[in-house]
Amino acid sequence: MNDFVTSDPIDRDNVHGTFIVNGERIQVSFAPNKTLLEVLREELGLTGTKHGCELGECGACAVLIKGKPVLSCLTLALESTDTPIDTIEGMAVDGELDPLQAAFADLGGSQCGYCTPGVLLTTKALLASEPAPSRDQLREALSGNLCRCTGYQQIFEAIEAAIVALPDQGKKTAGAPS
Amino acid sequence: MKQRDKFEVIGKPRRRVDGRAKVTGQTVFADDIVLPRMLHTKLLRSPHPHADIERIDTTRAARHPGVHLVLTGADIPNEYGILPVSQDEQALRTDRVRFVGDPVAAVIAKDEFTATEALELIDVSYNPLPTIANPEEALSQGEVRLHDYSEEGNIHKRLAYSFGDVDEALESADRVFEDCFFYEGNTHLPMEQHAAVATVDPDGKLTLRSSTQCPHYVHRALAKVLEIPQAHIRVIAHPNGGGFGGKTDPFGHEIVVAKAALALGRPVKICLTREEVFYCHRGRHPVIMKLRTGVTKDGKLTGMHLQTLLDGGSYGSYGIASTFYTAVLQPVTYHLPRYQFNACRVFTNKPPCGPKRGHGTPQSRFGQEVQLDKIAEALDRDPAELRLNIVTEPNSLTANFLQIGTNGLAECIKRVTERSDWKNKHRKLPDGHGVGLACSSYLTGAGNAIYWNKMPHTGVQLQLDRSGLVTVFCGATEVGQGSDDVLVASVAEILGITPAEVKCITGDTDLTPVDLGSYSSRVTLMMGNAAIDAAQRARALIGEAVAVRLERPVQNLVFSGGNVFDAGDPATGMTFQEAVVCAEERHGTLGTTGSYAPPKPPAQFKGGGVGPSPAYSFTAAVVEVEVDPATGWITVPRVYVAHDVGRALNPVLVRGQVQGSVYMGLGEALMEEQVFRRLPPKLSAAMVHKNPSLLEYKSLTSLDMPEVITDLIEDPDPNGPFGGKEAGQGPLLPIMPAVANAVYDAVGVRIDAVPITPDKVLQALELKAAGKDPRYGPSTFPTVDWPEPYFVLPPWEGGDGTASNRPERKRAAKMHVMDKVHSS
Repeated sequence: MNDFVTSDPIDRDNVHGTFIVNGERIQVSFAPNKTLLEVLREELGLTGTKHGCELGECGACAVLIKGKPVLSCLTLALESTDTPIDTIEGMAVDGELDPLQAAFADLGGSQCGYCTPGVLLTTKALLASEPAPSRDQLREALSGNLCRCTGYQQIFEAIEAAIVALPDQGKKTAGAPS
Repeated sequence: MKQRDKFEVIGKPRRRVDGRAKVTGQTVFADDIVLPRMLHTKLLRSPHPHADIERIDTTRAARHPGVHLVLTGADIPNEYGILPVSQDEQALRTDRVRFVGDPVAAVIAKDEFTATEALELIDVSYNPLPTIANPEEALSQGEVRLHDYSEEGNIHKRLAYSFGDVDEALESADRVFEDCFFYEGNTHLPMEQHAAVATVDPDGKLTLRSSTQCPHYVHRALAKVLEIPQAHIRVIAHPNGGGFGGKTDPFGHEIVVAKAALALGRPVKICLTREEVFYCHRGRHPVIMKLRTGVTKDGKLTGMHLQTLLDGGSYGSYGIASTFYTAVLQPVTYHLPRYQFNACRVFTNKPPCGPKRGHGTPQSRFGQEVQLDKIAEALDRDPAELRLNIVTEPNSLTANFLQIGTNGLAECIKRVTERSDWKNKHRKLPDGHGVGLACSSYLTGAGNAIYWNKMPHTGVQLQLDRSGLVTVFCGATEVGQGSDDVLVASVAEILGITPAEVKCITGDTDLTPVDLGSYSSRVTLMMGNAAIDAAQRARALIGEAVAVRLERPVQNLVFSGGNVFDAGDPATGMTFQEAVVCAEERHGTLGTTGSYAPPKPPAQFKGGGVGPSPAYSFTAAVVEVEVDPATGWITVPRVYVAHDVGRALNPVLVRGQVQGSVYMGLGEALMEEQVFRRLPPKLSAAMVHKNPSLLEYKSLTSLDMPEVITDLIEDPDPNGPFGGKEAGQGPLLPIMPAVANAVYDAVGVRIDAVPITPDKVLQALELKAAGKDPRYGPSTFPTVDWPEPYFVLPPWEGGDGTASNRPERKRAAKMHVMDKVHSS
């Protein structure tokens, strides 16, 4: 049974590529069948990007490519070379938390923290195109990011509080914990 | 020393101590660990639901390039299990598989891909056996037994208890309500799949890093199976990416990587796939139940007889405890003068069920709360008023000798009905719109450990050094609930410093004192009390030294704002760091310990150890629904929840626990199902999971989640740390019955089966249109051959907490209480 395994092994010889992750260009040697998720976690040690299914169902592996959220578990690494990729490791700049990160930490937006990197990056992408989203827009944008802990409410509240804290953005008051 | 009258840390909304790590992606989950020379593991799992293993040949797999080791059950045959009474699991099966997914072999290879390839090269011959698919089959087919240790046939365990003469209580009632319900199984679905890494340390000893909620129990299981002294094994629980009970059993994959690491002398890792997590399960038991409840004209309960039948799946797991929990907490919410329960767990050829958030209690709480709604309807009483009339008293004993302390249930009911404008909505909304109310109570930690012992349930150690840093060590495990935050905040509060000056080391059996684990909502209360204990001892040492140095009486000293000073003369004092230096000069190196064990429960009878808790939380919820009569589709726009938490140590986290519970409860109420199907026999007899993926196993997304209006009721409980009680499980419990009751209010149909899906609503609406009983749910309870119940006299009938099966005692009891039934 399953003679294919030994008689016709998949070519797993490594290929070379340049990734631009969080603004840094990195040369990587990797197997061509690897996903971006696998290259980020296993080759680059960027384990802040999580996986919950590796089938594109949970959003835990979301990263930004050219500022747009993508599921890194469904993206071949080969497709992602030479293009700007943002991961959670690059979200805090010069040691300062992004206002979204600070609000999530302060207001219960993160409990176990496993979905958090994907949720934060997806939200960051939303705010880039829609600086003051309504609650419904938040619900829509995050509908592909499953969270099993929070019930989403403190995630919404944290985002809305962060919008207030962001310079030149949003309303005067929002996001007090209910 | 003077006690401050105001808290400085406790009760304040604060960033959790591990918040920064979580939002920067720096929290290290077990699968994030990468070590030099690390190998990877894949498990071969049974394709049969029930079969004898005749032969396993691993020769071809072992020869596959890149494979380092192939293990079978023969390499690690010792049995283990979370409960001492059901040691029925093996890391890899030797003789018999009992569910599709039961592991039979493991390949350890250079990478996961290679290991997966090699699984195909393992040859196993099975002799398939008849399959038990459900409780009815388990009760009727006893010849092919899943386990020889079961009570009888495929009946794992039967329980029967009578607290007073319930037949008489029902006879004396004005009305007796009899209802059957079914609660489908569902699973935890943590976002993180289970992962573990085992290493052999430079000293030759074993270390296992795992996503476990209970490192202590994993520690014990590893020692037993591997036959290594516990002192030579270190288990480190990494922060869990969600647990909800799904990571509380010791798992075979943890033992496999440990064995492989020892055999190879290299780090060995495993991370389960999402599908494997579904088959690991240990989640909610499917339960069919029947309640007979006696009620007087004025809405008082005279007694209840509850029967539950649990589909346990293939192994014991926490099952005996789960079986008790389907019944023991019923008398905690409403005064039940007499109570009888019969509970039965059976084995079936499906993944084992175990503890999921609410452990065993949501099922019969659903039945009880829906039945109360029916009772209110029949008596033409408001469901909130009916409940307020029968809530249990604070500081009271229940019929089954559970000691209730503080009790905010009435306040919870009042709060949610006010907030939701209940009086103007219930039975008053337009067709298709409805509101439903339900209540619950839950443990703040189980009163007894899983294995019998006289030691503390949790221990805390403090180290204070001249830098001013306080390090607190505890075996507790961070699963997202915020246990690290409770630990740090408790110590900081007592020592008058900020959480930033306290560092915690948790969940490491080499470094931290034992804590039994993150289950049964026990950590805040037990660890919190132990932390207070340790911190008070440290404060006493420091206070003694500072008093001498300042030449002030020790009772005048206050620890506040990072300083230690004379309360009457705040200028006379020193910083906390100076105070520690002062104490180190006087006492030498500073360290203290604290520990906690729950109070001895009043129940003396056999089995009375399940149910007692140092404190019970209480919750009430009102759920609003909109039901589309054309499709049966249920929309939940709002949930009002009030939770009696004693004191919210960090209100941000408590709200998060309450809202997360509401979320998970709504999933159970509306869509979540861990269900199996038997393939056509000509293809296979396999019992396979119907929806083992995050896409097909439906859970609420951000689009589905309603607004949750959360109220915390704070009446500090003397047994809780700073008065705190649990918040992580109780608030889930009222959601499912509140949804069912709201659906009835909206469209007049009773859905007595969870989940409440559109097809069930439509079926009931069709019955309603046809003038038939507008209801979906079971109408009968399967026949179980119950044993004679243990008879225990309730406290108000002169009971002392002991049991007897002697008929003369029961008769004597009857004589004694003839005239007291109605007065209680």
